[in-house]
Amino acid sequence: MKFSENWLRTFIDPPLSSRELADALTMGGIEVEALEPAAPPFDQVVVGEVLKVGKHPGADRLTVCEVNIGTATIMVVCGAPNVVPGIKVPAALPGARLPGMEIKAATVRGVDSHGMLCSAKELGLSEDAAGLLVLPPDLPPGVSLRKVLDLDDQVMTTKPTPNRGDCLSILGMAREVAAITGAKIEVSGITPVPPASGETLSVTLEAPQACPRYCGRLVRGVDARAQTPLWMVQRLARSGVRTVSAIVDITNYVMLELGQPLHAFDAGKLNGGICVRFAKNGERLTLLNTETQVLTPDFLVIADDSKVLALAGIMGGMESSVTDATRDIFLESAYFDPGVIAGKSRVLGFGSDSAYRFERGVDFSGTVNALERATQLVLEICGGAAAAVSEACAELPQRAPVSLRLKRAERLLGIALDPAEAGRILRRLGFGFSESAAEFQVTPPAFRFDIAIEEDLVEEIARIHGYDRIPAATPVAHASMLPAPEAQRDTASICGQLVARDYQEIITYSFVERDWELDFCGNDAPLALANPIASQMSVMRSSLIGSLVDCVRFNQSHKQARVRIFEIGRCFSRTEKSGHAQTMRVGAAAYGDALQEQWGIPARRVDFYDVKADVEALLAPSTAEFQTAVHPALHPGKSACIVRDGMTIGWIGELHPQWQQKYDLPLAPVMFELDLEYVADGALPAYREISKLPPVRRDLAVIVDEGLGYQAIMAGLKGEQPAVVTDIALFDVYRGAGIENGKKSLAFRVLLQDTHKTLTEAEVDSAVSKLIQVLQQRFNAKLR
Amino acid sequence: MQDLDVIVNEALALFAGIDDADALEQAKARFLGKSGALTELLKGLGKLPATERPAMGGRINAAKEALETALREQREKIQSNKLEARLKEEALDVTLPGRGAGCGGLHPVTRTLDRIEVLFRSMGFEVADGPEIETDYYNFTALNQPENHPARSMHDTFYLADGKHLLRTHTSPIQIRYMETRRPPIKIIAPGRVYRVDSDATHSPMFHQVEGLWIDEHITFADLKGVLADFFRHFFERDDLKVRFRPSFFPFTEPSAEIDMSFGDGWLETGGCGMVHPSVLRNVNIDPEQYQGFAFGLGPDRLAMLRYGVNDLRLFFENDLRFLKQFN
Repeated sequence: MKFSENWLRTFIDPPLSSRELADALTMGGIEVEALEPAAPPFDQVVVGEVLKVGKHPGADRLTVCEVNIGTATIMVVCGAPNVVPGIKVPAALPGARLPGMEIKAATVRGVDSHGMLCSAKELGLSEDAAGLLVLPPDLPPGVSLRKVLDLDDQVMTTKPTPNRGDCLSILGMAREVAAITGAKIEVSGITPVPPASGETLSVTLEAPQACPRYCGRLVRGVDARAQTPLWMVQRLARSGVRTVSAIVDITNYVMLELGQPLHAFDAGKLNGGICVRFAKNGERLTLLNTETQVLTPDFLVIADDSKVLALAGIMGGMESSVTDATRDIFLESAYFDPGVIAGKSRVLGFGSDSAYRFERGVDFSGTVNALERATQLVLEICGGAAAAVSEACAELPQRAPVSLRLKRAERLLGIALDPAEAGRILRRLGFGFSESAAEFQVTPPAFRFDIAIEEDLVEEIARIHGYDRIPAATPVAHASMLPAPEAQRDTASICGQLVARDYQEIITYSFVERDWELDFCGNDAPLALANPIASQMSVMRSSLIGSLVDCVRFNQSHKQARVRIFEIGRCFSRTEKSGHAQTMRVGAAAYGDALQEQWGIPARRVDFYDVKADVEALLAPSTAEFQTAVHPALHPGKSACIVRDGMTIGWIGELHPQWQQKYDLPLAPVMFELDLEYVADGALPAYREISKLPPVRRDLAVIVDEGLGYQAIMAGLKGEQPAVVTDIALFDVYRGAGIENGKKSLAFRVLLQDTHKTLTEAEVDSAVSKLIQVLQQRFNAKLR
Repeated sequence: MQDLDVIVNEALALFAGIDDADALEQAKARFLGKSGALTELLKGLGKLPATERPAMGGRINAAKEALETALREQREKIQSNKLEARLKEEALDVTLPGRGAGCGGLHPVTRTLDRIEVLFRSMGFEVADGPEIETDYYNFTALNQPENHPARSMHDTFYLADGKHLLRTHTSPIQIRYMETRRPPIKIIAPGRVYRVDSDATHSPMFHQVEGLWIDEHITFADLKGVLADFFRHFFERDDLKVRFRPSFFPFTEPSAEIDMSFGDGWLETGGCGMVHPSVLRNVNIDPEQYQGFAFGLGPDRLAMLRYGVNDLRLFFENDLRFLKQFN
């Protein structure tokens, strides 16, 4: 809420500077977000009365004005289009310092000018530079503009929390200042306006829980065209409220002052009495903001005998609104239950100052008072005669006493509390209470909607006592160690490993473009957001691949020829029974050269096997199978699904050329994606005895069909591996001269060893021939 | 015996000039070989009168020894010259850059989260996790925010198209999920991604939070202040850091506070905290008369910005390598 500090100080004036007051409020729980001067500094600007306007002899667009500045009449050259005799405008006198300029007596194209007539922009009051700032005609010439416009003021912007609807008014802020600073509110009570007639409108409460109190009164013979007084315009403006018409301004003013939203109907447009009821399905109402709403029965409305007039507590209707032609008005001041107003702004798609207050709770004891205050102002400004107040009242909310045990407060806060201080705080807050044996029975006032349980009171005590005065303690607690499963790798160590393998971590949005899901996952029914922030962030990703491709593309377009990135994040998909799988995955992409360009190593592009080594390292010490398989994102001949214990735990491969082209990448990145759970799954190391005897090495080179995969051969060998064989490893793959087309040569290194004895030549031969037999029989291999 | 001195001098001069091992052995033969000059002199001893033989024998032997010593020294010299030459030849430009694979780096937010984890773990906080697609119950209702509560408008929520699920707006649902299955003492932090409908230089539709929760019998608001003040000082490694707790409102804590931090000029909001609301404890069947404690939510993105002097939150999610590599 924005408001004038001077206005607040008419209610309560603690001996604090503006800054000190703002800080005190902030530390008391009402954050003052901004404290700004109402106007920039300037001086020697007075109200000037334009007496005569003559043509400038040397310039068509300039005029020479005779201006009465109270003590004298001065000649001023003026360039504003709206200058006419009789208006009152700001006149800056020679020597005046305005924002960004100094005024001197000068000769303008041969004519002496003894000052300057000012626009609002030249004074820094608004952006309006179209013409001179025309002041109300009743201002006396010569008086200081700062004084008449009350410009030596500060605008405070507070950010009350949602539980503090009571702080959305000057009166509410004054109560808060009183509670926090201990100063006293000085405000004369509002005297009821004696009714000039007994005429009333009947008021029926058809929904007494939603609207337990409704007051209204007729004011006949008002001048709806009356000028809103300058002081009110200024205060409204400092609260960010534009002036509309005197009557609307008055309702806004009282709402800002007392926190009670009001509404004024054109009484001439009403047909019969007032009824507060829920809308009938399909009823229509055109609101003041020109939107026509088709209503549902959860909207509370104000209606007369024939039609809906207004959305209760939210906005008035266009038809019954006050216009310049209005002669008689019906002023409404009511209490609507917060539950009835809450959530309606979201349904409607717009809010209002009134709804904002009602959904947070409005003081139901101040309904009549606010009506009296508004009546008073209407009579003062627009004239007319006020009739008697019609009031319909059902059961108002109860304020049940809440008990506060001082011991409990001390235990929660960790400080000792003096019962006398607690009492003082409660009194300053305006809470009624009784006390016995350090236990208080507290009855919250009608303006507070946030005091229902003991903790609510503990918070009140704490904040008025001052959070600053609660010491920072070192907790004393039972010490117990945290579990640290050794076979489980934490995410940080997985990140560390990828970083060590030259990958840069990225963090991308979990919501992505719909196309990515289709292109990279073949997912034509992705999990969509109902209210995405942008179309390229409209669905939840089921894979990291799209984000990786996008990041490669982004960096490639910024002249990064080599990109190696990884991300750890959740991927989302539907499961049976309308649930969601939210799996943590690790994904990476390598693009460009295998190594950073450097001396001594010839450059080459990163390929499938480079990245496969990264995956194998990540999964170590356990291993996985890489099976040829088709993935929508990947090149079908250069991709594999990664399988462990019969379960697919991830994918690896080069981006499909189709997507490389569509996503505008000069090269295809090689990527992988793994379920984090399986990467984190490790094993405890287990010791095996080390042989003291030297191993025997035998090399086997065989020729097999090109289509035969290495993994199958190795699995075949390992499956039949004699006990003395300790390791088999591939050390060469060869195609070309000497090898028939369609065939390839594989060379294996076989290590043989026994823990306890030296192997004989015969034992070695027997083991090796067993392996050869496997190769020949199962894989049709020929020894080279 | 002038002859002997001449021979010795000639040999010593010759040896000193040789820088090849084989040539040195050949030169040795000229003096000490089968028909070498000294050998010949020794052979000639028998012809001398018996009285002169011992003195002459002694001199020849001394000369022989002198030559052997010179030879040994010359051999060592040749070897060391050879080694020196090899070392010189093999010398590298050690200032050339190292070769091979480089090293990547962590995202600055991950660095920050890791740091936060390390600090809280050192105090015995366990790390918990929870889903990012949440239900209304865990994100709001269980946290004392019933439907239409004005506090809900503090969070502009992303909803899924099914209308039943949402993207968590804070990490607080993890509190509920954790407490549903455990009894106090409970002492956790829960880092993660959260989502709100908001986007500008200081807001991102996705950002990070670290939730903290400590429930036991006597954990107080004063303890909350102590733990967080301690954290900030350790996180920023500055003792002059000021932390203040400002009364605020969160539906799931009471009393509640905003945590502001200052390096000396102005205050910066860094998170929210408070004593866990009794309704929240009751929602997970923990008796608020017996147990109490605090919860907090920190903004690691903001902490990373402050720590590393980053001025635009969006940089964290743009993933420009030129930006990211600055944190390696």
